[in-house]
Parts: sequence; structure tokens; C-alpha cells
Amino acid sequence: MTPASTGPARARARRAPWRVVRAGHAFTAGYVILLAAFGVVPVVYGIYFAFTNADNYFAGLSNFTAAARDFRYLPSLEHIGIYLAIWLAALVVLVTALALVLHQLPVWRLSGLVRFVYYIPGALAGVASVMVWLFMLDPTVSPAASFLHLLGYNTFGQVIAPGHLSILFAMIAFWTGAGGWIVVMYGALNNIPLDVMEAARIDGAGAWRIARYIQIPMLRKWIVYMVILAFAAGAQLFVEPQLVSEASLGVAGRDYSPNQLAYDFAFQNNNVNVAAAISVELLVVCLVVAGVFVARSRFFDAN
Amino acid sequence: MALGIRAARARSRLRTSSTRAVFAVGAVALAVTVAACGNGGSSGSGSASGAGAKDGFTQAAQTSGPLTVWVDSTRVPAAQAYQKAHPDVKLNIVTYDGDANGSNTLQTKVSLYDRTGSGWPDVVFSAENNEIAWAQPAGFTAPLNKGLIPDSVLNNFSSGALAPCMVDGTVYCLRNDLAPTMLWYNAPLMKQWGYQVPTTWPQYQQLGEEVAKQHPGYIVGAAGDTFTPEIFMWASQCQANGITGIRSVTVNVTTSECQRMGSLLDTLLADKSMSKLSAFSSAFDKQEKGKVLMLPGPVWFAGSVFDSASGLNTPKGQMAAAPMPQWPGTTPPSTGNVGGGLWLLSAHSAHLAAAVNFIEWVTTNNAYQADLAPGLPAYAPAASAWLANQQKSGYFANNIVPVVQQVAGQVWQGWGYGKFSQEAIWASTMTPGITAGKAIVSMLPSWQTAITNYATAAGYQVSH
Repeated sequence: MTPASTGPARARARRAPWRVVRAGHAFTAGYVILLAAFGVVPVVYGIYFAFTNADNYFAGLSNFTAAARDFRYLPSLEHIGIYLAIWLAALVVLVTALALVLHQLPVWRLSGLVRFVYYIPGALAGVASVMVWLFMLDPTVSPAASFLHLLGYNTFGQVIAPGHLSILFAMIAFWTGAGGWIVVMYGALNNIPLDVMEAARIDGAGAWRIARYIQIPMLRKWIVYMVILAFAAGAQLFVEPQLVSEASLGVAGRDYSPNQLAYDFAFQNNNVNVAAAISVELLVVCLVVAGVFVARSRFFDAN
Repeated sequence: MALGIRAARARSRLRTSSTRAVFAVGAVALAVTVAACGNGGSSGSGSASGAGAKDGFTQAAQTSGPLTVWVDSTRVPAAQAYQKAHPDVKLNIVTYDGDANGSNTLQTKVSLYDRTGSGWPDVVFSAENNEIAWAQPAGFTAPLNKGLIPDSVLNNFSSGALAPCMVDGTVYCLRNDLAPTMLWYNAPLMKQWGYQVPTTWPQYQQLGEEVAKQHPGYIVGAAGDTFTPEIFMWASQCQANGITGIRSVTVNVTTSECQRMGSLLDTLLADKSMSKLSAFSSAFDKQEKGKVLMLPGPVWFAGSVFDSASGLNTPKGQMAAAPMPQWPGTTPPSTGNVGGGLWLLSAHSAHLAAAVNFIEWVTTNNAYQADLAPGLPAYAPAASAWLANQQKSGYFANNIVPVVQQVAGQVWQGWGYGKFSQEAIWASTMTPGITAGKAIVSMLPSWQTAITNYATAAGYQVSH
């Protein structure tokens, strides 16, 4: 091996990664720009608002205390807490269960059809899918009217009684959001090496034991990933209560979630600063929860 | 093979998310600087050059271009009628919810336009008659009696009609219609069953209890609407909305004035001769069609609930009107009021002449107000023509003209027009309880608390 022959070879070796890197940059640039424009800049703008007053002077924590002192603040936190508990529990249990069942379906065509059906509601725009539920929940027009009558509900007002809202919003969110996750989990299940499954089967494990000891542990990271994103989305609950509020002419769902409270502060009281303070609180809560989940689940471990 | 690729993809995805986080921190630092620099210069919505103070406010530079008009679906015919009468005016008609039921759409949009410094509509119809409480301080509405609209026109509005538009003697909007409440009843049915039209609330309650026993299924009223307090509590002189100043309100809903109406409603709700449904719900149209013996409500119930294909579609010759029943000893007689829309003229309008012409035409011209409008016009000459038309139509079973004229002067003045929505408060505080069968009387203290909370949040000094 002469020095002359190593030179160009090394250069080639160096050039190849650069090309890869450049392509990588090109691919991520679009995302980065959008993230900056619609993620980072608004967040920073929000933080700026949260710590200043209407005259753009530093306001310390006064916006946060003003929000906390509002009579709607604690109830909205309580609502969102109950809603998140119901929704996340339903999401983890049902999505995992449905994905496992889907994975067990013997016929490939049937499985494809079922995946498609699961995914359809998620393909509807958020507002449209909530509109569907407004009709579903009104006994005078609902296709499920007989079921609602069976439960003793004869008017829309009875269905959307204050005590029902958390469950109703969780149902709507599950219906619109779970399908996508089922498909993701299904993909993750396909990712589990066949030889591991095969070995388990040879050792005499049935479907239940395979799910319990092989599939679910190997899905853990995906479940954590789902919980983090679902928590962030759920904590920002807005469209469902807002539309129910409009449809019920304000009977139910007004000032239900912290995000709605922020909206009211911004547009009814013309107080963008307190609104921003509530949004920043939501951001912090979501970041902390994500951090805890990531740390506890060793999410970024390569193995 | 495929498995390997998937795994690799998943790994690289994880890697990018950590790089992403690092990048985000850098971007945050950068954006802080950008935002901090950008904010100093952006304050103050730039008023156009060539603008000046005229007609009592600073006017924007006037340009040509289409006139943007926001109306609710009920008022689309008004804009269309104007277009028909003025074919050369370019109109951009935008339909929105009319701010009804305290939806706050208009305020939300206007505060966004205030931030961006453009986009305001030229003329807006609103179904909420408390609009001026925020729109005037926000500088959205133009003063109308400082040169834009002559006094000769303003003086022709019915007495008190412009009260929701007044701030310190300046008129900031034009009233579309008056909406005093009255007692609608089915005349042939009352006669057939031998009932007298009640003139007092105790008589009304007694009749309601009899109907519950003798003709179950028929109703003498409905208490499921957001404006239920404006029909019943306002008429009973319940002090829920005693606006005493620009930012002060007296709230006392545990008085006997509120209790007596609360217990009347509770009795009839329990008897089921008072419906829990909203008169505008599909359930109401389905269940109560042909079952309405009496229905206290505003004058516009005529066109919006009874003589309406999308409402009860009550046939001709059945509905008659009577003045609202009274509590014994109330002098002068009092009644409530449900809405009665307003037309607002934007102070930011760049087409003032056209906007003024529009707003004056839709509120005063008989081609809309007398011939098409569903409610009693606020403009007195149009009101006479409208009433004559109503009577001519032969729809009503009695002569409603004197009744309407009588109740129009009976609206109790102790219920004001504040920035917070009484309808929204009642809807979220009382309606769920009514639906669940709770007594209104037992919920009055929580109503009191809710009004106090919302009024305080809106910046009001609340006294009890």
C-alpha cells in the first residue's frame, strides 16, 4: 500500500459522509424552519408576554398570580386532570389491546381493512370530527338515539350534563386520535423479530403469554412516546369543549379547560399577558411530564 | 431485511429528536432577541395618513372599494335588500353568528384586528345589546350623533330604543329592533278549553297547574333558553343586572322579586307544563309542535318561533298576543326584553359615506324594516308600518298592534347592558341544574356568585 493510493481513497471516504450529511440537512431544513416559525418563535413570544404587562414592562409573576386568582382557574385544572386521567388510561389500555388483536388477525386483507377503518376518524380534520359527535350526542338526531334513550337521556341537555363532560371529551378524543396510534403500534409489533416470537412459541407460550412477556415489554418505548404526545395534546384541550359550548349555546363546556380560559383572557378581557401566563404553565407541565417519562423509561437508550 | 430498515429508521428518529432539542435551545435564544427587538416598534396600530378628527372621532383615510358588512343569517335579507336598492354599491356580505348567546365572536375578531391594525368590517350587526360596553372603550364604534347621522333621523327612534347605544350622551350604534317580552297564546285553544288569558303571574301559575292536570303534554312556557332570565326574571324586576355605571353593577338575586318568579318556574317545571327545552332546539320543535298553549317571549317569537318553517310552523289564525302578566301591586307594569339587535359602524372604516348610508338605510327604510324584518323596528315610523303589515298578514288571532305598543313602553329599566353576558352566565350556571330537575330557588345563591365572579373578571365593581 503506497501513500499515493491512500490519499484519494481517504478523500473519497471523507466526501461520501459529507454528501449524506448535506442531504440530511436538506431534508431536515424544512422541518426546522417550520419548527422555528410555528413552534419556537410563538413559544418565546408567549414567554415574553407572560412576564410583561400591557405596557411591555417586566411584570414578574403578576400574570401568573392573576390567572391563579381567577375563579375559573382551579376548576379548569380539575377538569383537565380528570379528562387526562380517563383519556390516557383508555389510550394506553385500548390502543395496546387493539393493536395486539389486530396483529393476531390471520388474514392480511382483513387486517388492512381494519387498520383503514381505525384510521379514518383520525383523517378527518379535528373540528369536523367533533361536529360528528355533536350529532351523535343529540338524541333528536343521533343514529345512536335508541342507545341514548336506553340510558335515560332524551335531550341534548341531559347528555351534556356537567358530570358527563370529562368522559364525553375523552370519548371524542379517543375516537379521533386512537386510530393513528393503533396503526403505529401495529407497525411496532411488526418490528419485533420473528425468531423471538418463534422461540417463545416453541417454549409453549400462547398468544396471551407472548403479549404479556414479549410484545408489551418491547412496545414500551412506543407506549411512552404515545403517552408523552397524548399528554401534550390532551393538556391543550380546546376544540371539543369550545364546540360543545357553541352547540349547547353556552350550557356546557364554557371555561372548561385551561386553554379556553387563556382564550377568554385574551379575547374577552383583552388581557394577552395573563393568557400567555396560562399557556406557559401548560408548556412547563408538559415538558416536566415528558421529562419524567423519558427519564423513567430510559427512552433514549439505544438498547 | 425489512425489519432491519425499520429498526434503523426508528433509531435515527430518536437521534434526530435529541439533536432537535439542542437546536431548539439555540433557536430559542435567537428568537428571544428577535422578539425583544421586534416588540418595541410594533405598538400602536398605524392610522392612515391624511386622517383627521371629524364628526367626533379620528377618521381613517377614505378610499374606494367594497363595503364589508357582517350580519347574522337572519339579517342577510337586510343586506340583500340594500344591495337591491343600491345596485352600484359593491357589498361584501359576511355571515357570522351575530354574537348571539354571548358567543363573543365580534369582540374576539376585533381584538385580533386591533393587533394587526387592519381587517375591521365597516358595518356590523350584533344580536347582543350589550355590545357597546366593550366596543366603545375599545374604540371600535364610531359616534353617530356628532355629524355622521342627523338628529332628525336619530330622534325618530322609539323612546329608549337607543339606550343600549348611549355612552355619556353619545350614540354609538343604531338599534335594529325592539324586543319587549309579551304573552303569546293559542287563542282558539284557550277559548275551546274555557281559559281566561292571565293578567297576573299568580293567575298564570294557576292556569299552568290546571293545564298540567287537565291537558298533560301542553305547555304554558319554556325555561330552557339562554335568555330565560330576560323573559321571566327581568319582567319580575329581579336585580341581576343593575348596571349603575360604566364599570359598576348591583347584583342581588336572592330578593323576593327573584324568589317569587323562581318558585313560579319551579312549580310549573315540576308540573311539566313549563318546558325545560330551548324554544330554538330541534327537540322543542319535535315535542311541542301544536302543544303550545302559552309562551311568554319577545315580540320576535312571532316570526322566529311560530310563523317559521324551521320553528313550530304554527298555522294562521291561532297565535294571539297579550301584555305580560304582572305581579299584583307592581306599578308601573313591567316586562323584560330579549335582545333587539344593534348596528355598529366601525370607527376604522375607510368607506364612511357608504357605511353611513348603509346603516341608516337598514334601520329606517321600510323596504327592509317594514316589509322584511322579523322583529319590531326600533325606528318609530318603520315600526308603525311593520305593525300594520303584521296585522294585514292575517296571521294573528287578535290585533297585536296595541299590545306591542303597550309592552314596548313597559320594559323595566333596572336591567342594564353590561360587558359580561347574562345569557352566558345563566346558561352555564342555571340551565344544567334546571335540566337535572334542581329547583331554581335553591340555585339563586349560585347564580348570584356566578354573576359576581363574571362581572368582577370583566372589571366591574360589584355591590350587593
